Amino acid sequence: MAVTVSPERDTVATPMQRALREALYAAAISFGLFVLFIGLKTGQNISNELVLTTRWGLLAAVVIATAVGRFLYVAYGQPFLANQKITDVATGLLPASVASRFFQLPAFIVALVAAVVLFAVNSSLVGWVGAEPAGYLQFLRALSVIYVLACVIYYFRGFIHANFTKLGIAALILYPILVVAILSLMSWSFVGGLQGSLKWVDNFGIQILIYVMLAWGLNIVVGLAGLLDLGYVAFYAVGAYAYALLGTQYGLSFWILLPAAGAMAAFWGVLLGFPVLRLRGDYLAIVTLAFGEIIRLVLINWREVTNGSAGISGIPKVTFFGLMTFNVSDPNYVAKVLHLATSSAYYKIFLYYLILALALLTAFVTIRLRRMPVGRAWEALREDEIACRSLGINTTTTKLTAFATGAMFGGFAGAFFAARQGFVSPESFVFLESAIILAIVVLGGMGSLVGIAVAAMVMIGGTEALRELDFLKQVFGPDFTPELYRMLLFGMAMVIVMLWKPRGFVGSREPTAFLKERKAVSSSFTKEGHG
Amino acid sequence: MQYFVQQLINGLTLGSIYGLIAIGYTMVYGIIGMINFAHGDIFMVGAFTALIVFLALGALFYSVPVVLALLIMMIVAMLLTSLYNWTIEKVAYRPLRGSFRLAPLITAIGMSIALSNFVQVTQGPRNKPIPPMVSQVYNINGISVSLKQIIIVVVTALLLALFWYLVNKTSLGRAQRACEQDRKMAALLGIDVDRTISITFIMGAALAAVAGTLFLMYYGVIAFSDGFTPGVKAFTAAVLGGIGSLPGAVVGGLMIGFIESMWSAYFSIDYKDVAAFSILAIVLIFLPSGILGRPEVEKV
Repeated sequence: MAVTVSPERDTVATPMQRALREALYAAAISFGLFVLFIGLKTGQNISNELVLTTRWGLLAAVVIATAVGRFLYVAYGQPFLANQKITDVATGLLPASVASRFFQLPAFIVALVAAVVLFAVNSSLVGWVGAEPAGYLQFLRALSVIYVLACVIYYFRGFIHANFTKLGIAALILYPILVVAILSLMSWSFVGGLQGSLKWVDNFGIQILIYVMLAWGLNIVVGLAGLLDLGYVAFYAVGAYAYALLGTQYGLSFWILLPAAGAMAAFWGVLLGFPVLRLRGDYLAIVTLAFGEIIRLVLINWREVTNGSAGISGIPKVTFFGLMTFNVSDPNYVAKVLHLATSSAYYKIFLYYLILALALLTAFVTIRLRRMPVGRAWEALREDEIACRSLGINTTTTKLTAFATGAMFGGFAGAFFAARQGFVSPESFVFLESAIILAIVVLGGMGSLVGIAVAAMVMIGGTEALRELDFLKQVFGPDFTPELYRMLLFGMAMVIVMLWKPRGFVGSREPTAFLKERKAVSSSFTKEGHG
Repeated sequence: MQYFVQQLINGLTLGSIYGLIAIGYTMVYGIIGMINFAHGDIFMVGAFTALIVFLALGALFYSVPVVLALLIMMIVAMLLTSLYNWTIEKVAYRPLRGSFRLAPLITAIGMSIALSNFVQVTQGPRNKPIPPMVSQVYNINGISVSLKQIIIVVVTALLLALFWYLVNKTSLGRAQRACEQDRKMAALLGIDVDRTISITFIMGAALAAVAGTLFLMYYGVIAFSDGFTPGVKAFTAAVLGGIGSLPGAVVGGLMIGFIESMWSAYFSIDYKDVAAFSILAIVLIFLPSGILGRPEVEKV
């Protein structure tokens, strides 16, 4: 938060006075912002009329909290950060000095012991201390596990940094196996482990990977070719509806329809690309946004085909390449064939590997394409369109291929999404989704695959993790629903991450063509394209 | 013919509201070159403020004359919504000025999500209906014109006149136009650029708040998610008229209003938004910088 204070007043006021003044301002502003929205609440009375109820206590709490927070930040936070900068420069440990103070061996041991003990006595915890403290203890356990993991990562940071891609892929491949193994050990039964793994594999693994894939697909359009696309979700919708309609109406298999969905989405990408090629920058952005909205509105209103807002249900599941199915009633149900216990977890684990394969395919194609003439033309287009044209690159086909390739991966992801949900409706393809995907691409650092994967993990994993905050109910009473705050926090996180790292997590770029040795290009020298 | 004129009047009403919102988009775009995605939600916050003020007036006083009530709603909404936009600019956009182009766009989208969910959390997710404030309808030659529509058009016209005066005849407007042409040069000539940009956001928010109040009065209902659709359409209007051009925003707003009401009257009401967006795409194919926008000359 940059606040400009006029310099002549700054020299007169002591830091304390300045902090007090800033706190007063902050209180006044937050009072103005919240007096109507937090101080008063609109609700319905019995005869369904709107009535106001007052919440002055809450308003006072929020205003005071803002003032105190601002005071502490100005009085202690800012000097601390300034000092930190000086120390960092002096020690040469630029961003690491806080981290090295934060991750220390004694704290690591304490956290490790706490985590192990709390895991060991987990089952009898509620009996010993009651439900409410047990909730806190479980939260504490989660925190200590995170801290331990962070410590380990910090300790091996050099190794991790050097082998990030390999380690990342290995971790992604092993993830479901590890989850099942750990949960089986915790509950002492394989079936229990499978059942418990559902949430981790489905809500976290598959959900995050879908967004990783979408963001990698959009990255081709935005990150490589530099065309701002605000309607990417349209291609996702085309893919999903292609599989949903053809799968339910004609009973075609997923493995035939996956390429078909991709082709169809690519076709729509070209169709959209043609009229907008002449447009630049923000005009392009609004037309893509409009296109996304048109697709959604058509899906809602073309009821004869798409069944309107009610959506399409009963979409067939993916089969194991036609050899085994995941329907319990089928003779070749996977558990019958392999003589395993019946569980819905197999399908989820299979889907996990499927989306992982699709996402890695996207990454692989992106990496290979960057080395090909068309990929180099995309990047050249992003850096300077006029130079591109004068060097004889056909900008029309270059832009079209970028749109089509990006759209194709969106279509793949859409077909997968339809198969995973078993149900599609226009609700899933709102502008917010496009915005989230674009935000992931930008937060990841535009063009960096690793950065984008990290951004997807942080943003989507973070919002999914917010679903797990049920223990807060014990703090704020049963009426408190942490679910509601999910998107609020998501939006604020977007702002905060962007302010903290305006260039995204990985701001530097790896050059595709280089002389003698490959050096990362600092973010301050990169351009972002103008459409 | 009567039917056509009727639709024309409906379109004028809708277009006035879109135009008021579109000015906020186009001004911000003109001066700092960013799409302020949170503007639709600023409009929603304005409408919600008006709603709460309306309910508070009802609770505090036995009866308030409608004109006075509308005026109070509008003024409070303008003040508080401006405060919101001012704060957002200061917190989310100013630190990123001079950063790369997509950064403020992403914070704007983040702010838009945060604002609508903030209203959902604090005021509840339901639709908020209010009893009709103005219900007179006049019948002229078989064309019915409601007082609501007259109020909307008159208020919009008055505000636009005031706004035109502010931008074209005052030193503040001159500073704004200077910043729009060349921010660095304006700063060198002693214009406080930060302050000018803040005031631009405040003016945009005030117009959006008026649009919100009029929207609430016209439709009599508002919900936390109602900022998106009018926001997108107003943005479409701004682009259609040529983003950065103030008369363009009004022209674009009116055009979108007319297209929508004509399409729902003569074709299908379901596809009115599709029509508006398609016409945007078609117009941009032939006029790549909008109807009144200046074509971008690129210098190497």
